[in-house]
Amino acid sequence: MAEKTIKSPLPGTFWRRPNPTSDPFVAEGEAVEPGKVVGLVEIMKSFHEVRAEDSGVVERFLVDSEDTVEAGQDVVVLTD
Amino acid sequence: MQKILVANRAEVALRIIRACRELGLDTVAVYSTADATARHVRVADEAVCVGKPAARDSYLNIGALIDAARRTGAEAVHPGYGFLAENAAFARACEEAGLIWVGPSPAAIDQMGDKAVARELARSAGVPVVPGTAGTLTLKEALRTAEDVGYPVMVKAVAGGGGRGIRVADDPEELRSCVVAAAREAEAAFGDDSLYLEKLVVNPRHVEVQVLGDGQGGAIHLYERECSLQRRRQKLLEESPAPNLDPQTRAAMCSAGARLAAAVDYASAGTVEFIVDASGDFHFIEMNTRIQVEHPVTEMVTGIDLVKEQLRIAAGEPFDVLQDDVAPRGWAIEFRLNAEDPAAGFLPSPGEITALELPGGPGVRIDTAIYAGYHVPPFYDSLIAKLIVWGRDRDEAIARGRRALSEFRIDGIKTTIPFHLRVLGEPSFLAGEYHTDSVAELALA
Repeated sequence: MAEKTIKSPLPGTFWRRPNPTSDPFVAEGEAVEPGKVVGLVEIMKSFHEVRAEDSGVVERFLVDSEDTVEAGQDVVVLTD
Repeated sequence: MQKILVANRAEVALRIIRACRELGLDTVAVYSTADATARHVRVADEAVCVGKPAARDSYLNIGALIDAARRTGAEAVHPGYGFLAENAAFARACEEAGLIWVGPSPAAIDQMGDKAVARELARSAGVPVVPGTAGTLTLKEALRTAEDVGYPVMVKAVAGGGGRGIRVADDPEELRSCVVAAAREAEAAFGDDSLYLEKLVVNPRHVEVQVLGDGQGGAIHLYERECSLQRRRQKLLEESPAPNLDPQTRAAMCSAGARLAAAVDYASAGTVEFIVDASGDFHFIEMNTRIQVEHPVTEMVTGIDLVKEQLRIAAGEPFDVLQDDVAPRGWAIEFRLNAEDPAAGFLPSPGEITALELPGGPGVRIDTAIYAGYHVPPFYDSLIAKLIVWGRDRDEAIARGRRALSEFRIDGIKTTIPFHLRVLGEPSFLAGEYHTDSVAELALA
């Protein structure tokens, strides 16, 4: 089973939900298509979407909400 | 009042510390663990760590800030701009802890912070307002009001200011997604997700009036600032006077600003924001109950130190500036230098400043807390420096701005300097003919 990752495009604070009371953008085990938003990165008071570039199934998140991420850091592992 | 806690960071913290020092006041800086080596920490007489990097854990942490004031024996708190500057709960918590709040009363913050109440107060003070609604908005109410006033509409944070949490919708479908996104931004920026809605005035100018109030119904204005050069409602450049503003409109707007401040017994420095539509009519949009990022523009043309005035008013000293004492001279322009890449859609550009050279010479003021080797953290606002230039007239200010911008060397991160240099080559800017959508229309960004 090939593994792919989704990377954060920017450094900042990672969020799995659009707002604190909403469901996460995606859950583990969920299938995603290219362009699907899987999280947000908060940087300098603005929010930037983290999107899947490939299709696949969300195997696991490598970071939690409110974790600090670096630009290019893997945040999600996808499997085919 | 001898010791002031500065509840902020970066350039504005340094700005306040400088005013305190000139008045012979002692200062306490606060900082997050991300800012341990920041300049405001080193320049202040004392410094207290108030929490982890995320603003909500540090600069928005009311308990930690009050505790820092108590532990250091500070008698007053200056909130700067952003963070808790317009948070009435923080102002009240300071007062309840026996601290002097350097700003307007919590009641005035509440009145102006509730944009619906502010609209009503403006209306009753004889100040024209923009058609829209009042109060906290459900999605259903938003849709109904938008039908009434007509699209396009703006959705704004009730607790807002500084252009954050504002979205524009052209139709009901867009309004639905705007309400969700604006609420999220408002919650993150202000800890309050309430929204209100106003009709969007197309291609307006954004002109604001600086006011000072004594807290007892006395208020003066310090003329206007033109703030129309914006990208996504974030101001990038401000100037005073406002170019090509009809003298009668200017006089009416300035006196309306002072009248509103007087009507709410406003104390301290504040800004009354107006939009000017294509026909030259002006409408109140909101009052900012704090010192503003662009306050140096007014300081440069009036020679009045607004932060010192705030401190004097907070200390209960008699209000010693009369309206007739305010005599603006020449022209001032402020350029906001943000850690953003204008060539990449203004993408945030935090990181280490590996080399730094600053401009100088006549008519040049730089408010910044950066230094060579400084790491611009990703956690806070992208503003890293303000260049303010003064000239005898607009042409001299523009030439000076161009000259000073080209003297900067900031290596390691991207900044908005190339954007500003483009603006200064733009004929419509040079003619003083621009509005809040000009940056997008001219593809300057």
